[in-house]
Amino acid sequence: MTALVPYVTGGITDDWTDYLLAYQEAGATAIEIGLPFSDPMLDGVTIQQASDRSLSRGTTVASILEDLHHVRGQVRVPLIVMTYANLVFHRSATVFCRELAEAGIDALIVPDLPVDEAAPVAVAAADAGLDLIPLVAPVTPDDRLADIAALGDSYIYAVSVMGTTGERTALGDAAGRLAARVKAITDRPVLIGFGVSSPAQAAEAGRAGDGVVVASALMRRVLDGATAAELRETVASLAAALEDSTDYATAEVSGDRR
Amino acid sequence: MTSTTSTLMTEPAAGRFGDFGGRFVPESLVPACAALAVAFREAWADPGFRSELDELLAVYAGRPTPLTPARNLSAQLGVELLLKREDLAHTGSHKINNVLGQAMLARRMGKTRLIAETGAGQHGVATATAAALLGLGATVYMGERDIERQQLNVLRMTTLGAEVVPVTSGSRTLKDATNEAMRAWVSDVDEAHFLLGSVGGPHPYPWMVRELQRVIGAEARRQSPTVPDVVVACVGGGSNAAGTFAGFVDTSARLVGVEAAGGAAMTNGSPGVVHGARSMVLQDAEGQVTEAESIAAGLDYPGIGPEHAHLGAIGRAEYRTVTDAEVVDAVRRLARSEGIICALESAHAVAWVLRAAGTPDLPTGSRVILTLSGRGDKDMTTMLGGAA
Repeated sequence: MTALVPYVTGGITDDWTDYLLAYQEAGATAIEIGLPFSDPMLDGVTIQQASDRSLSRGTTVASILEDLHHVRGQVRVPLIVMTYANLVFHRSATVFCRELAEAGIDALIVPDLPVDEAAPVAVAAADAGLDLIPLVAPVTPDDRLADIAALGDSYIYAVSVMGTTGERTALGDAAGRLAARVKAITDRPVLIGFGVSSPAQAAEAGRAGDGVVVASALMRRVLDGATAAELRETVASLAAALEDSTDYATAEVSGDRR
Repeated sequence: MTSTTSTLMTEPAAGRFGDFGGRFVPESLVPACAALAVAFREAWADPGFRSELDELLAVYAGRPTPLTPARNLSAQLGVELLLKREDLAHTGSHKINNVLGQAMLARRMGKTRLIAETGAGQHGVATATAAALLGLGATVYMGERDIERQQLNVLRMTTLGAEVVPVTSGSRTLKDATNEAMRAWVSDVDEAHFLLGSVGGPHPYPWMVRELQRVIGAEARRQSPTVPDVVVACVGGGSNAAGTFAGFVDTSARLVGVEAAGGAAMTNGSPGVVHGARSMVLQDAEGQVTEAESIAAGLDYPGIGPEHAHLGAIGRAEYRTVTDAEVVDAVRRLARSEGIICALESAHAVAWVLRAAGTPDLPTGSRVILTLSGRGDKDMTTMLGGAA
């Protein structure tokens, strides 16, 4: 079963947790929550705008965790936080990871924390019971892939394109090639993200990896004023496309995949 | 721990300057940064590369730049003030030193285009210049607000054939231009070299840019009859200061960096990670990077190079601040005393000397070498606005 991981920028609206619950109802396997940062170096214009809007509303890490506390009883899927290194280190990685874990967060993605700089966060995350999800890119050499795969033990996040986050008309074949390279060296499941916008692209990514992150395509709708009910439909269509692709992939597996 | 003498002298092990530095970039950029570090290490050890760069610096950029005694100001202030004249280098600032070296390196690595960020536009102009000279493309990211206040430099860049891309996110200044340049680099790491203009960013930039700017301090030391008591330079990201300090770190000279009061990462910042390095950063209680506010676009930046953070932490360098009003006054005073119109950025160093001379911070009789990092033509409109 291919995982579907939709994204929401924490604090983007007063009732942003409605989006989270809508994603869950629509069949999300897990949900990624962005903690907005002033200088999101790896994000394209949509997530930049979403971050700016959230921060201008006075959002803080604490306010997002507090909002999550109010819906904690209703959330059944794993929650993954994505944020930048400065927010992780600001008070200390130990405090940050512990507060996330206490708020019911299961995993952490830090796009500007490559494996070479990750040791203190990996230790803090492990102590808090958080999974640190490392990122790999199309340019990551194989020996480095192995070092990265040794960091943590849940998903590996495969950045599907050389570029920032954002919607793209075509996914390209880099995602599939990268996922295959990761799978050649580790049994860890591979999440594919960056540029997955449409149900067709989600299905395509789902055939290459074990899960798909969809962010900018959803946040564009949120920025344009879409309601939680409307986004539930969008996520449901992504889930349906993934389900079809998984059936297709299973059929493929029964044949000779090589 | 890094010892005081190896600071400003050697390649930092693992890109670290004590607790600062590192390489906090997306995985997509790690191989490019690693390849750049290897390429620079090889080029810097290659006598052929060094002599070609030295030749360009001499016959093209106009080096060595003079060390000019500021006789009238010295007499007025009771100190002996010597000006290292980077304002006389080609394109009007010290930025050309770094840019020629990195552009040569980019060509050596087979890159076809340069990506750069710019604040005041001096680094952008220097990048456009080197690109024209070496036959490379150039795309310069510049905050919309800086484009408005540095029109002359925008025209210079486009005349030189560079594409200037306005950056409309965030504070629309250097911080945001740097974000946008790094995003552009991620999308074209094979063809493009990110020509970072200061001693910030991920390893190897702080080391590489300091080495390429070392020529300022090395020349000044050769030109100075004796070791000065104080060496002073303005600090935004800190490249002219790093290059100047590098020539004197192994002497008894005090090293003083002067920050803009509204952009004083050393004085008012705290440790943080931004633009690829751990350094001192202006940020709020939540860890969000705050916007700097300075009359000098080149110092309108909330961070500082990690080696400065280290030099401050170990006490080898001292950092002071001056206000916009002091800076405007310093431009006028230097112009009328010495016949030199310096950049608003460089005037920060002058303003500190004007204020400190004759006080315990800069006792009467001190010998001072001050790096005048650039010329002030670009700032005339801003100066008129300040006078109105």
